[in-house]
Amino acid sequence: MTTHSGTTEVSGEPSRGEDRQGFDEIHILWISEGMSCDGDTVSLTAADQPSIEDLVLGLIPGLPKVNLVNKVLSPSLGGEDFLAPYRAAARGDLAPFILVIEGSVPNQNVIEGDGYWTSFGNDPETGEPQTLNHWIDELAPKAWAVVAAGTCATFGGIHAMAGNPTGCMGLADYLGWDFRSQGGLPVVNVPGCPIQPENFMETLIWVLYHAAGSAPPPPLDHMLRPQWLFGKTVHEGCDRGSYYEQASFAGDYNSPKCLVKTGCWGPVVNCNVPKRGWMAGIGGCPNVGGICIGCTMPGFPDAFMPFMDEPPGGTLSSIAIKPYGAVIRRLRGFTNELVNHEPRWRHNKRKLTSGYDPHWRP
Amino acid sequence: MTTTEARPTGRKPAQIVDMSWDPITRIIGNLGIYTKIDFANREVVECHSTSSLFRGYSVFMKGKDPRDAGFITSRICGICGDNHTTCSDYAQQMAYGVKPPRLAEHIVNLGEAAEYMFDHTIFQDNLVFVDFCEAMVKATNPGLLARAERTDAPRGDIHGYRTIADIMKAFNPFEGEVYKEALKVSRVTREMFCLMEGRHVHPSTLYPGGVGTLPQPTVFTDYLSRLMRVIDFVKKAVAMNDDVFDFFYEALPGYEEVGRRRILLGCWGAFQDPDVVDYRYENMNRWGRAMYVTPGVVVDGELVTNDLVDINLGLRIMLGSSYYEDWVGEEPFVTHDPLGNPVDMRHPWNQTTVPVPQKRDFDGKYSWVMSPRWLDGRTGDHLALDTGGGPLARLWSTALSGLVETPYIKATGHSVRISLPKGETLPETTLEWRIPKWSNTIERDRARPYFVAYAAAMALQFLEEAMGLVRAGDTKVFENFEVPDEAIGCGFHEAVRGVLSHHLVIKDKKIANYHPYPPTPWNASPRDKFGTPGPYEDAVQGQPIFEENGPDDFKGVDIMRTVRSFDPCLPCGVHMYVGKGRTLTTLHSPTYGANHG
Repeated sequence: MTTHSGTTEVSGEPSRGEDRQGFDEIHILWISEGMSCDGDTVSLTAADQPSIEDLVLGLIPGLPKVNLVNKVLSPSLGGEDFLAPYRAAARGDLAPFILVIEGSVPNQNVIEGDGYWTSFGNDPETGEPQTLNHWIDELAPKAWAVVAAGTCATFGGIHAMAGNPTGCMGLADYLGWDFRSQGGLPVVNVPGCPIQPENFMETLIWVLYHAAGSAPPPPLDHMLRPQWLFGKTVHEGCDRGSYYEQASFAGDYNSPKCLVKTGCWGPVVNCNVPKRGWMAGIGGCPNVGGICIGCTMPGFPDAFMPFMDEPPGGTLSSIAIKPYGAVIRRLRGFTNELVNHEPRWRHNKRKLTSGYDPHWRP
Repeated sequence: MTTTEARPTGRKPAQIVDMSWDPITRIIGNLGIYTKIDFANREVVECHSTSSLFRGYSVFMKGKDPRDAGFITSRICGICGDNHTTCSDYAQQMAYGVKPPRLAEHIVNLGEAAEYMFDHTIFQDNLVFVDFCEAMVKATNPGLLARAERTDAPRGDIHGYRTIADIMKAFNPFEGEVYKEALKVSRVTREMFCLMEGRHVHPSTLYPGGVGTLPQPTVFTDYLSRLMRVIDFVKKAVAMNDDVFDFFYEALPGYEEVGRRRILLGCWGAFQDPDVVDYRYENMNRWGRAMYVTPGVVVDGELVTNDLVDINLGLRIMLGSSYYEDWVGEEPFVTHDPLGNPVDMRHPWNQTTVPVPQKRDFDGKYSWVMSPRWLDGRTGDHLALDTGGGPLARLWSTALSGLVETPYIKATGHSVRISLPKGETLPETTLEWRIPKWSNTIERDRARPYFVAYAAAMALQFLEEAMGLVRAGDTKVFENFEVPDEAIGCGFHEAVRGVLSHHLVIKDKKIANYHPYPPTPWNASPRDKFGTPGPYEDAVQGQPIFEENGPDDFKGVDIMRTVRSFDPCLPCGVHMYVGKGRTLTTLHSPTYGANHG
């Protein structure tokens, strides 16, 4: 018996010898003073794969040291103490940093004279509120990467719906869709109202691996969304999808069947939530009884309202599927009936009828 | 006078410094607190609270399908979106004349109980308690920390920490044991929430008329097993909080004056009784009083009313310091309620929101938050009610009414008793929250973990009743309805941080008017047209300062504790600070001091 474990202490030696091209330390400057509900920050704290404390405490191997500056989670008392890193970054004294914007970006130009739709701290010289737009103008060009958290920041979201008084929009609408950060990246859009917690953490971590020099930039689609998260539709991951295939539609919300006729937009919405669940695999939308209202989409919310009515396209496609679905459902019913019986050789009579062929015992 | 009486001042020649904290951290939304502090007499002499965000829900809801209201209003708040959806559904159910099946009410109640448990835990332990943690106390009251190290924690047998300082260390952000455990617990309780309401923050399975949640036994079992896994954490949280808060009173005599306001509390009730509620306005008093958190207006310790009709009719939305145009010249939407009572032009049913962005001026208009008030019919006063951060008013109102009696909860008239079953390490425990002497910072914070226990106890009851229905085969969760051409509705509920109402007017099957009133406009409101300050302003104004730092390195922790005790959440309406005592404008202003000292 030996207590020697076989491990060798090589204190402080990095596990890989090659030189990395990336950063060892990076700041995340998160501004939730967009026109938001702060629901994306709150959602972020629900992520457990990995969790925010794992990230901040450096428990994910291969990432730069992360200094997260987020108002909701900041241990500071607030005000200038909290704003110090933002001011330093605006002066060019703090780099590299990832700028995260949460919330829609209002149009200040629709305001005549003084006034503001949303502000973040005050101008130290004049004491007047500094608008969100001021901070984006100052920080976005200096940021190594810019990430839009949630549908408000990506595409404008709820606050940009028809009839809104603030003229607000998404970050890429404001900065220009051809915007490139200091790190050469376009705005990285993580839609969701709010962000699915793990979708956001995973994207952020990919950006951080890229910052560390150990990964290529995250693959983004034409709306700048991470392809692996938003490449499929709700329907393609929905556990009610098979009801659709068999033309079994819920008539109201009491039913476990496909919700298309009661307002679900799943077949045409890019989102992985039914597959991934809302957090730790739990919850979701159509899979657990909620209609998909398209909250990850650039057309959200106007294109999907009124939410509780059948989508216009749903009528046609559900009629088209009916004859096929009816036949398939019926045939499957027969087969299901068949496979719901045990084979006849399972009994307690003396004669073995299972087809077993004893070759060494007479 | 509708606010807290002024405390005696002017013992020493005043030394007034302007100090502001904007934005305030560890809250949700945009809040700024601007103060004048008299360092000679160590107290705050003036406070303005300002919110710097306008999005315009009541503007862009107009003309929309009323059934969309719950989905849209959820997005008002990123922490209590479900409270908005629920409240909107209550208002719609009144307007449509639909009563959801009993099981749907239990599922909504279970979702809301999980929400209270989640939100109060993450707010208290990960945001508020940072102000009481070792690192913060060391930076603001090193003398107090030394004493905390020498003071044994009286309830150490429950929570396992030997000294008060040990508890404070456990709350250090990102590193302390309790801080980290609270984050984990806040995930488990959110999982419980997602089981009932699909998604957190913005639920996917709530509809007017009921829920879409599949009421299979599994969702209830999954909820119950998670609830039982956090039940001991809840018992420990109450004990730890009590130990620290009692220590503050004892170690810093006079700390009860921090954040103390005249007792002016409002609670709009939570957790419907499925056997009583029918959502008819005419019966609102009856089903309102049957709620498992009793609504009520509490003034100077006395219950003024627990009738939701009285509460509804007393609502007044005032302007004065807010960036809006007045609407009194418009046509009213609702002249009388369904009982024939006249409805005031300043009532949410009749409100029109017309934003006018402008320069911030603390002598004029300085906030995007309006000033909700409650008209006290006895005195004619427009009361700046607060919510005590939610739990204080809820427990106070429930205790005084003495109406709630369930297998796990009893309201006694002067207290609320909460029984929690045996957990993994701790035995069955009965906690008793007693009506405190003050409505102040510490009591607002203390009530919060007690309400987590309350929500857990209610969840046990709802689980038992829901499982009973499911086992009996009664699994209907949604009732169909028609949207009428014309209707009005109102919903009363408790968002986590306090009173929540939604007022809806339907014309031609479309939303003609919709005004949600969440708790933060009540708490964060600026001075109204009578000059009455809002609750944050009133609670901070006149409060003593116990922090040991002088103006040069002042952190403002006592002020921040007060503001945070209200659980500020200003997506529904707000910004404080100058670190290192940075003086914005005036030092030792003799003119100013002469007026205000």
